Amino acid sequence: MTHQGTETLRDVRVVEPESEEELSTALRCADRDGLAVIPRGSGTKLEWGNPPARADLILSTVRLNRIIEHVWADLTVTAEAGCIVADLQRVLTPHGQRLAIDPLWPESATIGGILATNDSGAWRLRYGGLRDLIIGVTLVLADGTIARGGGKVVKNVAGYDLPKLATGSLGTLGVITQAVFRLHPLPRKTRTLTLAPGGMAEAQALLLAIQDTNLAHIALQLRCGAHRDPEMDILLEGTEEGIEAQTARLTSLAAPARVAEGPTNVWGARQEIANHDAVAKFSVLPSKIADTIGAIAAAGDPEWRAVVQATGIGWISADAALSRLRARIESEGGTLTVLRQSPGAAAIDAWGDPGDTLPLLRTIKQRFDPKNTLNPGRFVGGI
Amino acid sequence: MPLTPEIVGKLHEATGARNVITASEELRTYECDALTAYRAVPGAVVLPATTEEVQAVARICYQAHIPFVARGSGTGLSGGAMPVPEGVVICLARMNRILEIDFPNARVVVEPGVINLEVTGRVAPANYFYAPDPSSQSVCSIGGNVAENSGGAHCLKYGFTTTHVLALEVVLPDGTLMHLGKKTLDALGYDLPGVFVGSEGTLGVATKITLRIVKRPESVQTLLAAFHSTTEAGAAVSGIIAAGMLPAAIEMMDHLSILAAEAAVHAHYPDCGGLLLVEMDGPQAEVCALMEHIQEICRSQGAWEIRLAQSETERALVWKGRKAAFAALGRISPNYIVQDGVIPRTRLPQVLTRIGELSTEAGLRVANVFHAGDGNLHPMVLYDRRIAGQEKSAIALSERILELCIEAGGSITGEHGVGEEKKHMMSKMFAEPDLATMQRVRCAFDPQQIANPAKVFPRPRLCGEKLGEYTPHPLELAGVAERF
Ligand SMILES: Cc1cc2nc3c(=O)[nH]c(=O)nc-3n(C[C@H](O)[C@H](O)[C@H](O)COP(=O)(O)OP(=O)(O)OC[C@H]3O[C@@H](n4cnc5c(N)ncnc54)[C@H](O)[C@@H]3O)c2cc1C
Repeated sequence: MTHQGTETLRDVRVVEPESEEELSTALRCADRDGLAVIPRGSGTKLEWGNPPARADLILSTVRLNRIIEHVWADLTVTAEAGCIVADLQRVLTPHGQRLAIDPLWPESATIGGILATNDSGAWRLRYGGLRDLIIGVTLVLADGTIARGGGKVVKNVAGYDLPKLATGSLGTLGVITQAVFRLHPLPRKTRTLTLAPGGMAEAQALLLAIQDTNLAHIALQLRCGAHRDPEMDILLEGTEEGIEAQTARLTSLAAPARVAEGPTNVWGARQEIANHDAVAKFSVLPSKIADTIGAIAAAGDPEWRAVVQATGIGWISADAALSRLRARIESEGGTLTVLRQSPGAAAIDAWGDPGDTLPLLRTIKQRFDPKNTLNPGRFVGGI
Repeated sequence: MPLTPEIVGKLHEATGARNVITASEELRTYECDALTAYRAVPGAVVLPATTEEVQAVARICYQAHIPFVARGSGTGLSGGAMPVPEGVVICLARMNRILEIDFPNARVVVEPGVINLEVTGRVAPANYFYAPDPSSQSVCSIGGNVAENSGGAHCLKYGFTTTHVLALEVVLPDGTLMHLGKKTLDALGYDLPGVFVGSEGTLGVATKITLRIVKRPESVQTLLAAFHSTTEAGAAVSGIIAAGMLPAAIEMMDHLSILAAEAAVHAHYPDCGGLLLVEMDGPQAEVCALMEHIQEICRSQGAWEIRLAQSETERALVWKGRKAAFAALGRISPNYIVQDGVIPRTRLPQVLTRIGELSTEAGLRVANVFHAGDGNLHPMVLYDRRIAGQEKSAIALSERILELCIEAGGSITGEHGVGEEKKHMMSKMFAEPDLATMQRVRCAFDPQQIANPAKVFPRPRLCGEKLGEYTPHPLELAGVAERF
């Protein structure tokens, strides 16, 4: 019970089912025999959350990697959970389409993995998160039940929204085996603009000012770190005319800061942070971004770095005083989740305070997985 | 359990006697929603003014095992707010305050009885709007929108109610207060707002709702294109999507619904077999360029008249005609059923042809309006109740149309909900394990099943044993025991 992260899983047996039915059978048998099961995609985010309390079997989705149906004219796609995100995008690109999400490590992350961890990036500002893109799900429950929710159409209110329930549930309610997504057209043109607004206060003011306009930017992020002023990146998409007009407006809004066309690799900043040994994600109100960055800077890690989106979601690589930082962020209505703790650090709970919903979260878990078979202990409140 | 005088007395204490209705004449007002074919008289209607009062009422119902049904404005079209006979109706109409407007973070906090359009009304001076725009938006409540996950024409681009609800204060069926989601994104734990939105009053009562508001786009252009048939109009829709454009709205009307809308609001629609209404919004330069492209596509698919609304007044009139379409049918038929189904958009031509055939076979007219961009059909079956047998065949025809939607890979409802009307269709759309899994969700929220118990699911099910506190797995305990 005291192992750290993936250490726990080193000698655990791996099962790689080839079909939904096989996966269901494997899971049902494990559940019957009281084995603890760790669902796994490519394993890029296996250490997110708390270390599992028990682990007897890894249930891998790698062989469930087919793209089942891409109805390009309907802008929908059905893919199996083990499908690699970048592979999916490569199938969509020739049709001028994409799944409008920019997750971490797209060349290895699986569809099931990004769904279970609810991993979204900078495009979330315009296109929403995975919860807004998923329209159907197949979930295998601990007792082997194969359940489908949602459907194949973009608009559908029949029954409870199981796709949303599964998204972000970290494999604690069931194993996602298939998902249906709505797609978006590829942009005609894109442009990345970069500027240095000055200090954090100026950056905060400019961010809110831009959000209060009717500009149709796709993403807006601040890159911050120890001993440097923040930099702001803005992603525009659309027609040449639209991008030109918006660039002109941004240029005058940002003055006296100078707006330049930036390199596109600035959008990799989130992944650079996530590659560190110590990584946390926070979510605050957009108006509290400067406060939060101030608190991170004051926390005492000499090498801290952060990326924050205009949605108020940010990622930091920092080790110091995370509990205190969390308390501060929570007191302002936000959350701080520890994604990865550096080996030597004093372990803290990955999640923080879920508020008054904890009893309900636990009841839902019990209804779906009464024997606590799936990812025991990894989720919020010991679930 | 029946509603005894003792329980009515407790309800009086909870909300004040003035806010409890038990006189049979007054109760009739609440016996149905806008789907008037389904009716039941409740035992009492309570009109709480605060969250605490809602909690008190829920506790009384819970302790006495009396089912309750939440009600907003009663404009639902699937019988969702229809009472349980002799049960309690909790009407949220008095909880109608806008509690907080936070422009820097684009959030608004409202009570459930606030009318949809009022939200936009309040934030419009700062150039914001609340995006989900059901045609009933001038009367329906945010609480009802949350329960139904309501949509509207502009949801094609902006998303449905669920996209715009960040947090909910909810009274669970046993009276417990709970806060689902947060004003910030990605609250810890399962996506509880995601599950609650669209649950049709079966998981509890929403008493406070945090909404996202959206900045008004720089420019909006609305185009009307007249085609000879809905097939041609449908081909133009596919062309627009294939060209990589995502309009704010794409609506389609057939000849019969155009006639009805004209008769009702004189929107000056062209008299044609298939009318498209396309709205683009965004940066001006972008909208102008794309609108040209859309006009070309329409022309190439046979549009014989194309009009761009020239002023805000013209634009409003175009939309008034579309939004009045349901009510307008009263002008051309004594009775009609408004259906709500979804198909993958590419199946539109086949499904419309089949609806035409079924309509001829049944000898009943069917008018069609669609949210064409997302494949949401609203076929309206026209009939005359006074003619013996017609109502029955109209119902049969409208259900047959839903089956067509399922066969095409779609859904039995895109926005009106399952409610009372379509619960028997759920087992045609979902398999038994799917429904049983949804039941697990329901039992987690409402083990006694007293919140709108007879809706959404095809038949009543029990929740099994009452679950107690979170307990560690026996193996964990065994592991502990071994160590000792
Ligand atoms: C002319 C007309 C046009 C319409 N057009 C559209 C449209 O374009 N798009 C669309 O989506 N719908 C449309 N509708 C349907 C209807 O307006 C929506 O479903 C609306 O959201 C219902 O809101 P309401 O306040 O009237 O809810 P009600 O009818 O009172 O209740 C609806 C459901 O919500 C539940 N409920 C109500 N309040 C709460 C609460 N606070 N907490 C929990 N549950 C609650 C009820 O139990 C019930 O199940 C239309 C209806 C009409 C009559």
